Amino acid sequence: MGSVIQVSKVRKTYGATVAVDEVSFEVQDGEIFGLIGPNGAGKTTTMECIEGLRKPDSGTISVLGLDPFRQVYKLQERIGVQLQQAQLQKRIKVWEAVDLWASLYRKNAVDGERLLEQLGLTDKRNAWFMNLSGGQKQRLFIALALINDPEVVFLDELTTGLDPQARRAIWELVRGIRERGKTVFLTTHLMEEAERLCDRVAIIEAGRIVDIDSPEKLVSRHCPERTVVLATDDPNAEERFRSIPGVEVENSGDGRFIICGRGEELVTEVIRCLSENRMRVTDFRTILPNLEDVFLKLTGHSIRE
Amino acid sequence: MLHGLWKLTWIELKIFMREPLGAIGTILVPVVIFLVIGRTVGRGLTPQSVGVNSFVRVGLPVLASLLIAVSAVLSLVTIISIYREGGILKRLRATPLRPQTILTAHVIVKLILTAATLLLMILAGKRYYPIGVHAPLFSFTVALLISTWSILSVGFVIASIVPTARFAQPIGAVIFYPMFAVCGLFVPVTSLPPVFHALSRVLPLTYAVRLLQGIWTGDLWSTHIGDLAALALGFVVCTAISAKVFRWE
Repeated sequence: MGSVIQVSKVRKTYGATVAVDEVSFEVQDGEIFGLIGPNGAGKTTTMECIEGLRKPDSGTISVLGLDPFRQVYKLQERIGVQLQQAQLQKRIKVWEAVDLWASLYRKNAVDGERLLEQLGLTDKRNAWFMNLSGGQKQRLFIALALINDPEVVFLDELTTGLDPQARRAIWELVRGIRERGKTVFLTTHLMEEAERLCDRVAIIEAGRIVDIDSPEKLVSRHCPERTVVLATDDPNAEERFRSIPGVEVENSGDGRFIICGRGEELVTEVIRCLSENRMRVTDFRTILPNLEDVFLKLTGHSIRE
Repeated sequence: MLHGLWKLTWIELKIFMREPLGAIGTILVPVVIFLVIGRTVGRGLTPQSVGVNSFVRVGLPVLASLLIAVSAVLSLVTIISIYREGGILKRLRATPLRPQTILTAHVIVKLILTAATLLLMILAGKRYYPIGVHAPLFSFTVALLISTWSILSVGFVIASIVPTARFAQPIGAVIFYPMFAVCGLFVPVTSLPPVFHALSRVLPLTYAVRLLQGIWTGDLWSTHIGDLAALALGFVVCTAISAKVFRWE
C-alpha cells in the first residue's frame, strides 16, 4: 500500500486570514481518511486545494502522482468529488445528471443505471433535483462522484444536515466505496462519523494539523482516562475500591460509585476487585473517552463551540 | 476542449423549457407584444398604404427582435448568477468540463431560443402583422444572432459583477433597457444631446439597431461592415473584461 495523496507544508491565506497553515499529511491507498475539525478550521480549503479547485500559496501537493493545480483536468478524470453545499440545476432530472456526468469523462463510465440502483435512486430517476430530499440529493452526489470509477473519492461534509437514519445509510455507502478498493478522503465535523467511518483521521484546528492517527490510537494516546460507574449494596465497597492503585473513587450515595483511573487496565482491576470480594453488583457501566474528548483535550474547546 | 458540450447544451435547453414561464416568458411574450402593438399602431394600414409609418415598417420589428435578444441576455445573467450562488458552477467545474464549455453551452441555448422566438414572430407576423413581414429572413436571423452574441458578452460582464442572484435581473434591466433610449431606434442618434450621442457610440445596441434596420430593409451585408466590426469589437472587449473579473463562486 503506497500513499495516493501527499500534502506537504501547504499554506493558503485569504487576505489577512490564514485558512490553512503549513499542513502536511499523507493518505494511504485504500483507506478512509478523515480530516476533522470545527467549521472554519480549514477542512474544505485543504480539500479543495487537493482537488485542484484552489491554488495553495505555498507547499506541494501530489495526488496519484499529479500536481492538482497544474494537471487539474488529468486529475479530474481519475478522482470523484462531492462538494459541500453543492447544488445542481433545480429542474435537472436524476438520470440526466448521471447521463451528463458520464459523458464528461474520457474513460468509460460505470453503468449509471446500476449506480442509481445501488444508491437506491432508481424510483427517483425521473424526479427533478429540487424535489429530492436531503438524503436523496447526497446519494445523487455520491453517484456523480463515482460515475467515472475514480481511484480517489473526495467527500466534503457528506452527511451535514441529514437525519440520523439517512446518515447511517450514507455511512454504509461510504464503507462500500472502500470495499471496492477505492481511497476515500472525507471531511466532517461530526466526531461520531469520523469514529465509525475513518481508518485514520487528522485533527485540524485553526488551519493547523494537531495530530494524525487511527481514532482508537488517538483516544488511547490523548485520553487514557477510563471511568467505571457501578452500583452495589456492599457496605465496604468504597474502602475496597480505594485499595485499587491509581484510582479516584466518588461515592454518589445510594450505593453508586464512580471510579476513575487511567489506562486499559482499569476495568479489569475493578472487575477483579468485585469478584475477589464477591460483591453483588446491580449496575455496571464503563465510560470510554471518544474522539470528542480527544478534540477537547487537544484544542481546549469543544468542536461544537 | 468542448467535451460534453452538446449534452450539456441539450440538458440546459430542456431545463430552461421546464421553468415556469420559461418558454412562455421568453418566446410568447415578445411575439404577443409585437403583434398587439403592431395592430394597435398600424390599424388600417396595408402594405400599399402611402407613407406607411416607418415605425411599423421597420422600427417595431427591430425593437421586438432586440427585446428578444435582451431578454435572452437578462435570462443568461440571471441563470449564471443563480448557478454561481447555488454552487452549481463550482460543481460543474469539479469535473473535466472546461469553464468555457459551460459558458458556450449557455450561449448556444440562448441563441437557439432567440432564433426560435424570431421564427415564431416572423411566422405570426406574416399572417397577423398589419402590413405583413417582407424582409430577407435568413439574413435578418443571422444579423440578430450576431447582435445577440455581442450583447451576450455585455451580459457576461454584468454576470461577473452582480453580487447576488436576486439583483441580477434588476441590475441587468437597469443597464440594458435605458440603452434602447439612445440606440437610435426612436430618435435618430444624431439628434441626441452630445452626452447621449457619445454614449450611444459605445453601446453595442446602437450598432445592432443599425445592422438590423439595414438588413430588414434589404441592405447588403457589405454596407454594414462597420456595424459588424463594432459588434465584434464589443464582443472581444467584453469577453476580455469578463475573463478577468468573472467569479465562479
